[in-house]
Amino acid sequence: MNAPNKSGWKPSMQVADATGDSPTTTGNRALMLEEPLLFEIGHTEVTGVDLPEIDESASTRLGGLDRSEPIGLAGMTEPETVRHYTRLSRQNYGIDLGFFPLGSCTMKHNPRLNEKVARLPGFADIHPLAPQNSVQGALEVIHELGDWLKTLTGMPAVAMSPKAGAHGELCGILAIRAAHEARGDAREVVLVPESAHGTNPATAAVAGYRVEDIPATPEGRVDVAKIKERLGPDVAAVMITNPNTCGLFEKDFRTIADAVHEAGGYVYCDGANFNAIVGRVRPGDLGVDAMHINLHKTFSTPHGGGGPGSGPVVFSEALAPFAPLPFVRRDEDSGTFELVEEEAREESRGHTFGRMTAFHGQMGMFTRALTYMLSHGADGLKQVAEDAVLNANYILRSMDDILHAPFADSGPCMHEALFGDKDFGGDLSTLDLAKGLIDEGYHPMTVYFPLVVHGAMLVEPTETESKATMDQFIAAFRSLVERAKAGDETLKQAPYFAPRRRLDETAAARKPKLAFEG
Amino acid sequence: MRYLPLTDTDRKDMLATIGASSIDDLFVDVPEVARLDGPIRDLPMHASELAVERHMKARAAKNLAAGDAPFFLGAGAYRHHVPASVDHIIQRGEFLTAYTPYQPEIAQGTLQMLFEFQTQVARLYGCAVANASLYDGSTACWEAVAMATRVTKRSRAVLSGALHPHYAQVVKTMAHFTGDTIADAQPAITADPDLDGLTSRIDDETACVVVQYPDILGRVSDLSQVAEAAHAKGALLVVVNTEPVALGALKSPGEMGADIVVGEGQSIGVGLQFGGPYLGLFAVRDPKHVRQMPGRLCGETIDAEGKRGFVLTLSTREQHIRREKATSNICTNSGLCALAFSVHMTLLGEKGLRQLAAENHRLACVAADRLEKVPGVKLLNNAFFNEFTLMLEGKPARAIVRDLADRGVLGGVSLGRLYPGVEALEHALLVAVTETTTEEDIETLAREIEASVKEAA
Repeated sequence: MNAPNKSGWKPSMQVADATGDSPTTTGNRALMLEEPLLFEIGHTEVTGVDLPEIDESASTRLGGLDRSEPIGLAGMTEPETVRHYTRLSRQNYGIDLGFFPLGSCTMKHNPRLNEKVARLPGFADIHPLAPQNSVQGALEVIHELGDWLKTLTGMPAVAMSPKAGAHGELCGILAIRAAHEARGDAREVVLVPESAHGTNPATAAVAGYRVEDIPATPEGRVDVAKIKERLGPDVAAVMITNPNTCGLFEKDFRTIADAVHEAGGYVYCDGANFNAIVGRVRPGDLGVDAMHINLHKTFSTPHGGGGPGSGPVVFSEALAPFAPLPFVRRDEDSGTFELVEEEAREESRGHTFGRMTAFHGQMGMFTRALTYMLSHGADGLKQVAEDAVLNANYILRSMDDILHAPFADSGPCMHEALFGDKDFGGDLSTLDLAKGLIDEGYHPMTVYFPLVVHGAMLVEPTETESKATMDQFIAAFRSLVERAKAGDETLKQAPYFAPRRRLDETAAARKPKLAFEG
Repeated sequence: MRYLPLTDTDRKDMLATIGASSIDDLFVDVPEVARLDGPIRDLPMHASELAVERHMKARAAKNLAAGDAPFFLGAGAYRHHVPASVDHIIQRGEFLTAYTPYQPEIAQGTLQMLFEFQTQVARLYGCAVANASLYDGSTACWEAVAMATRVTKRSRAVLSGALHPHYAQVVKTMAHFTGDTIADAQPAITADPDLDGLTSRIDDETACVVVQYPDILGRVSDLSQVAEAAHAKGALLVVVNTEPVALGALKSPGEMGADIVVGEGQSIGVGLQFGGPYLGLFAVRDPKHVRQMPGRLCGETIDAEGKRGFVLTLSTREQHIRREKATSNICTNSGLCALAFSVHMTLLGEKGLRQLAAENHRLACVAADRLEKVPGVKLLNNAFFNEFTLMLEGKPARAIVRDLADRGVLGGVSLGRLYPGVEALEHALLVAVTETTTEEDIETLAREIEASVKEAA
């Protein structure tokens, strides 16, 4: 097990001469270095950490459960480890490298001050169960961030513990269920627009609700008439993303909210796209009852290749009593902060739906997000929304003469522009265009989402891109659209210049290989 | 504003291209009732990097960092030394600022790392397949219960009384809404866990039995008998581990017959961070259960030229494809924490992990021996790894912990805090010892506990 790679095989060795270049002995191409798996180059007897040798004669108090079988964990020294991961990192695309217009994901610049602050020992090296008198500054940060979120959204209450956007959705929906339960109202249905992110219906289902789809209008907004028609005593809530995933502001949101409230339901707003309106519009003014905020989108905490995120939820007065435990409270007399972990039935917040995670949320994300908010301030955040919307409209209007933009006549877009592949020639599709963008040095936009548009391409530039970056992107995007419309079959093989050509996803799923064997 | 590259000239030119006369034209769809006339009041205006850093440092300075005090807290979050290279690697922009690897041709770095991570977790747990991470141990624990109900088509879960109370609470919160039945219990203050009592609660309706290893009181015991009892009734054994370093010394849950193993990965590479972000680990022993797993899975494949590569796979389980029929609603997971775990685990290797575990256990034995000698203190555990329970005479442990903190010693976690209002547990103190603990720290703790217990008497 874990013998060094004796055969000398490297993952690249099957490449002969794909691009007409001379093959190399190593399979490497200058700065593009192939890297075997850790388990092919590491060894169980090698370690990169200096620890005391084990005293085999010492007795243990492990109840006779000493682990005697080999575990199979390959190790490497520090230089080998650093090189392994550095080589892997260079096969990744990140915001630091270039333009990353992934729609509904808000890939904005991640300020390094945030990273520095999060690593202060007073934040990074404190235990979640440390006595509260020893962590007053940390509790203050949670409270302070909560205040910012409440003020920015115009909502009276906030739950800080949800771990990511989908966990925040769950938090909101559980509060809604608890509120209905508290008045003995057993509603079963949650209405979700068909353009919604998949987490919305999945969340409602996980919380025990039946999900019903609401169609979109031809102009790309939720069908108000259909919602009103469907509302009734069995509908617990409506989940609406605003701005929506077609990149449009739901201008009838207030009307919908009033109708939902009148029918005894609650309004959940998916705040994934809050970046378009932060500092400019307060969801509380639109009749929202609960909304999660992705700190890893709007407030610039890094995506990290798929997390961690953080999804605090703001609540209306109606839902505030049902918010989860624990929460941070400030004692106005003493000015001290308290982490309230226990249910106190006699208090007004006594109907909490309970705990949804160990400890109390993503502190490492809170420090980063608060740092970002303080940096921008109220004026800067408003400018963030305006520049994000300006950049998106600039792309929309620089493309809609040659590329199908299904909702271009529905008014200005918000922070993202949506296109479809209607006019592509031959059998070329959105996927081919996306892979062509990779060769041009871009991370592709979100593709095939939302589902309401054929071959959807959702482009979200964010506010941290310069006009020069966007002009160059637009030129590349236009050229690819021309090629796709002309039926340029060479796009079917793109990307040509990435660390890998197109990967066989069907084979991966048919016979899953999910761990190294050997 | 230092993060906004557009100039006023750019903005003007772009508005002209768009055909808008002002930025307000782009917000016309916002109803009037929600339009603001300027920056939101009651919030400060923008600030320089220097000013912001000063503001945040002032808050950080109010906290007593674990590294600045004799420190003995555990109960699901452990302080270990993280090699400097781990933080260096996770701050590389190509990892830090990447997204979920939806475009695999330009995300092989994250994907290969995840494949290696899955392999490391599976081997550590004695399982066949691990996923690419969940939020944390507690949410992973609920996902395991939910998966067990799907696999067995039953809806009752039996929780060990010695399961971390936060984990039990998360499971109960969720089960309340899904309609599943949870049979839980409080921990009994005994030297060994009552496994007979636990197995007697498994019945023909039971989907799974959930046991923590080492448990919330730090006790370790062979779970093979629980696995047998569960399997005899057609139920699954879910084992929860909150201290992965322990598995460098202790038999793996998979070896003892666990069907699903979940846990908190924070100990390796991630750090304390006041509770998050952490790292949910999730693995199954039998590969036939893979299609019922929650969360992302990374799999090996080849590209169009036959080169090996990696992709996210089996996504028909997931919300972005299956929507309301998905196995979980999770989307974003703990990618960067998984990287930190994987780098730290690579630096350790099997040899280093075993040494680290041995050193933790050795120091814990030193501490247990020393603390047991303090008058008014009794060691509860027969067996433990790096955490054990002390029974203290006099004041409730919660008050003693506060006293100690006032004297600059972070002396452990009181069960009174974890189980508020349960009198039988209020004199119990959980003490965790890791390689970061010095013998001098242990001596200080012994002295301070002695003083505090005496004061009370």
